[in-house]
Amino acid sequence: MKVKQIAVFLENRKGRLCDFAKILHEANINIKGMYIADTTDYGILRVITNDNDKAMKVLKENGFNTTVTELIGFKVADKPGEMHKVLKLLNDSNVDISYLYSYSELGSNQAAILIKVEDNDFVSKLLLSNNVEPFIEN
Amino acid sequence: MSYFNKTIECMSFEDKKQLLSKNLIDVVRRVYNNVLPYKEKMDEIGLKPSDIKGIDDISKLPFTLKSDLRNNYPFGMFAVPQDEIIRLHASSGTTGKLTVVGYTKNDIENWSESCARGLYGIGVRKGSVIHIAYGYGLFTGGLGLHYGAEYMGATAVPVSSGNTARQLMLLKDFKAEVLCCTPSYALHLIDEMKKTGYSKDDLSLKYGVFGAESWTNEMRNTIEKELGIKAYDIYGLSEISGPGVAMECEFQNGCHVQDDMFYPEIIDPITLKPLPVGEEGELVFTTLTKEGIPLIRYRTRDLCRILPDRCECGRTTLRLDKIKGRTDDMLIIRGVNVFPSQIESCILKCDDRISPHFHITVDRHNNLDRLTVEVELAPEIAFDEIQLIQALTQKLDSDISSAIGIRAKIMLVSNGSIKRSEGKAVRVTDNRK
Repeated sequence: MKVKQIAVFLENRKGRLCDFAKILHEANINIKGMYIADTTDYGILRVITNDNDKAMKVLKENGFNTTVTELIGFKVADKPGEMHKVLKLLNDSNVDISYLYSYSELGSNQAAILIKVEDNDFVSKLLLSNNVEPFIEN
Repeated sequence: MSYFNKTIECMSFEDKKQLLSKNLIDVVRRVYNNVLPYKEKMDEIGLKPSDIKGIDDISKLPFTLKSDLRNNYPFGMFAVPQDEIIRLHASSGTTGKLTVVGYTKNDIENWSESCARGLYGIGVRKGSVIHIAYGYGLFTGGLGLHYGAEYMGATAVPVSSGNTARQLMLLKDFKAEVLCCTPSYALHLIDEMKKTGYSKDDLSLKYGVFGAESWTNEMRNTIEKELGIKAYDIYGLSEISGPGVAMECEFQNGCHVQDDMFYPEIIDPITLKPLPVGEEGELVFTTLTKEGIPLIRYRTRDLCRILPDRCECGRTTLRLDKIKGRTDDMLIIRGVNVFPSQIESCILKCDDRISPHFHITVDRHNNLDRLTVEVELAPEIAFDEIQLIQALTQKLDSDISSAIGIRAKIMLVSNGSIKRSEGKAVRVTDNRK
């Protein structure tokens, strides 16, 4: 249920995001999921790739400040109310979510959701014991 | 022509030389007897107070540096007991320590006289309303001119800095004739006047007294045109007294130094030898009459020259050309002295998630100086949450602004993105010039 994510610090400078994509392209790394949190001066790029170790290595070599974070990944059915069920479960157990994003390419009937929480072990157990389907990518 | 103090301001060369000689002999004796660092400096080179027989002997004396004040922080350079000191001021030092100066009752009176002479020289008279928008506080700008204005019987309006809307309202309602502030603040006022629909005809301004930072003739032209005033340069530094050490007269042809109190020399900053009149070098001051903290040959680090010709106004005092720059890396931002080393020491001790590499950019936005500090993250450091970056930025922001006294915009950047230089690090880009 735990998914490794790479967070990349990006100062808002022209071409920075393109440089990032170029580096992964040249290392033949596939981006599976990607989300940018931004302010006026900075962005944080959160990515999931098919080879996080290699991605970390090449990004560092090219002067990007990066860090690895473990998230919780789970699947929800692609229909109304499914997301609410899981979020209600977390909320009822007083789990705070720092951030959340969805991850595509599961096909048409399911979505993968990634969340950052404080206690991954607790949340994994909570979700599994409530029959939430884990999403394991890496 | 009329003068605030004709005897002094128009004194003949011979009489001035006698006066300066008498005062130099006196101040050297006072510092030798009362200020241990001066006794040590003079003993070290085998110089006795009796070796100084007149103003021509001044170059025998040792120099004073800003570091002397820092090393003897806070009161170690004072020449009188503390109960003789009626006022303290301070300005930024190169590290966390401030440069502290103390004034006796006579010092405040002389400082007021020096400001009053300057103000009178541009046409300010008893009853003129003087709007003083320099900062009041440890900074000498506000209180220095305030006392000068009161001393000559003018009406001082101690607005201090900030709150531009209120400043405009008071300028209009009090019918101030004189505006005192930094030249960049004057430009900012002009912008705000345009935005809020004030015209120069709403105001009664006739004169502007602008200093605490260097400004160009283009700025002078803009200010004069937009405010419909004559704009005058004023020079000073807290170590020597504060504003009013020198000021332009109505002919706007160099700042007249109140050289009976503050004697200027120009030296070669490398060889430290005095340079002939007219040559550019580092400006050095000896305070001839100051009691609280008299300074001998204080190196201002300002690059300047003494103008060789006589001024049309009839004063015989020495005049300074425009300040050309600095021999150190001090920046003047909104009138506040900022040393890159102050910022560096904050960065070094603030947080181990940042690297020691930084770059300072100064530019002017809406005519206000803006300071940006780019700081590199340490290698291996990144954040997956915005609030973690914001917390680190805020920590740096509060450390740096409390060290330098003004706000800087902090920008975290990726490790390695600040250009490394091979020789001396180029840490400052000043886009105001």
